[in-house]
Amino acid sequence: MTELLYLGSAVLFILGLKRLGSPRTARRGNTLAATGMLAAIIITLIDQDIINWGTVIAGLVVGGAVGAVLAIRVQMTDMPQLVAAFNGFGGVASTLVALVAVDQAEGIFDVETGITVVLSLAIGTVTFSGSFVAFGKLQGILPGRPLGFPGGQVVNAILAIGIVACGIWAVAADSTLAYWLIAAAALILGVLAVTPIGGADMPVVISLLNSLSGVAAAMAGFVVGNQALIIGGALVGAAGFILTMLMGEAMNRSLANVLFSGFGTEGAGPVTTSDKPVKSATADDVAIALAYADSVMVVPGYGMAVAQAQHAVRELATALEERGVEVNYAIHPVAGRMPGHMNVLLAEADVPYDQLLDLEQSNPKLPQTDAVLIIGANDVVNPSARDDATSPIYGMPILEVDNAQTCIVIKRSLSPGFAGIDNPLFYLDNTMMLFADGKEAVENVVVALADA
Amino acid sequence: MSPEFITGIVVFVLAAFVGLEVISKVPPTLHTPLMSGANAISGITVVGAITAAGLGSGTLAAALGFLAVAAAMINVVGGFMVTDRMLEMFKKKPERKRD
Repeated sequence: MTELLYLGSAVLFILGLKRLGSPRTARRGNTLAATGMLAAIIITLIDQDIINWGTVIAGLVVGGAVGAVLAIRVQMTDMPQLVAAFNGFGGVASTLVALVAVDQAEGIFDVETGITVVLSLAIGTVTFSGSFVAFGKLQGILPGRPLGFPGGQVVNAILAIGIVACGIWAVAADSTLAYWLIAAAALILGVLAVTPIGGADMPVVISLLNSLSGVAAAMAGFVVGNQALIIGGALVGAAGFILTMLMGEAMNRSLANVLFSGFGTEGAGPVTTSDKPVKSATADDVAIALAYADSVMVVPGYGMAVAQAQHAVRELATALEERGVEVNYAIHPVAGRMPGHMNVLLAEADVPYDQLLDLEQSNPKLPQTDAVLIIGANDVVNPSARDDATSPIYGMPILEVDNAQTCIVIKRSLSPGFAGIDNPLFYLDNTMMLFADGKEAVENVVVALADA
Repeated sequence: MSPEFITGIVVFVLAAFVGLEVISKVPPTLHTPLMSGANAISGITVVGAITAAGLGSGTLAAALGFLAVAAAMINVVGGFMVTDRMLEMFKKKPERKRD
């Protein structure tokens, strides 16, 4: 009977996820999934003959309160680190469930339970420590650049082998010590695996950790013999996996490449910024170019979020629309620090979601676009990715902004992006560069637009 | 292998395929809410944590169980609430005369 009630929760999760697939139904979908979760919690509280009510209630209240405060207070720009932290909490919950099982085991685990305890411990703990390193990098507590050390991969390989060896030891000899050693090794492995990954690769890392937190939950489900955990965990594992693959595709890099290459570590060398002339523009020039365009495409990058320029951009778009200019936004999949991050930031600034175009929708529109306004984006609009087979980012799908009539780039300086490569776009005849802070620049253009 | 374990594996594999089917069509605009919503669902570990905390005996089990419930609840409550906060902001074009 209880199994059937849990199945009801699982159905609500699936329906909820399905509705999260369309902007109109998404909010209801989330409510539906939350209802399924509430039901699962209530079923468990009633069904299990709970002895330690105090412990359970205290955990529910403390965790619920902390989660609520974090969710209410977070700034939308900080969403990636919050999701990273939540992934970490989910992961450590699976670890702890497995540790309780180890502590409470009477006699020995059978082989299959032993294996799932090992997997729950290892995956949960790697997710935990990896997520909090990602959190630290995104929050700026840890440096965002790749932090590797020579031989780091060897150490990781030894840790991974150690986990497998301890796993065999734990299952075969039923050693409590071996289970704890697995958790310890996985803790270090999570830290060492994520520290060498650069900030710009975070969309892939967060998606992967999201997937792992689901797999860890499913493994914990095997440990405690609960199918709700297995179903819920598998769903999340699949969701995270899809996003991981999508993000990898958007950067034209395999998962292995992101995890093991430490992108940018060697790119710190000489950067070939050419001394070709660029066309430097003022806010007035930009205002005129935009005001007399029929269609404008805004290309926001992470730099826009850092400068907190999204509200200024929105103001500019409103001013242009009042003049009859068609404004759309072209959003590259890795424009933010997590999948879809830029869309959330623009939605917060009241940009309607039907103006947000993805890569496939934007590129066919760009040749008919009069002016492209690029704010804080660099590598995702670099034509080298399309034209120069020797470029490190060659093959990465880009927004082909050079097909538009005019490109306006707002940027602090000519410095290259995270990949450390020069952008030929800046030197094209139909490109104007407005060198300034993103927010200030856009505000100046809005002022200039009033007189244009 | 016990029948329960085999059933568990069957359920896991089928649920993973359902997940792949349901999620592969989500538009990029919704990727962040999708991820934080999915993230909240992975907090289903709270059910296992309640069992562990509620039935365990001894101080270590109580401490670990409490932490497990609390960590999973942060994930659940925070995840669903922040997803709702984000989705509230997504609006269509006509109804944007609110600033």
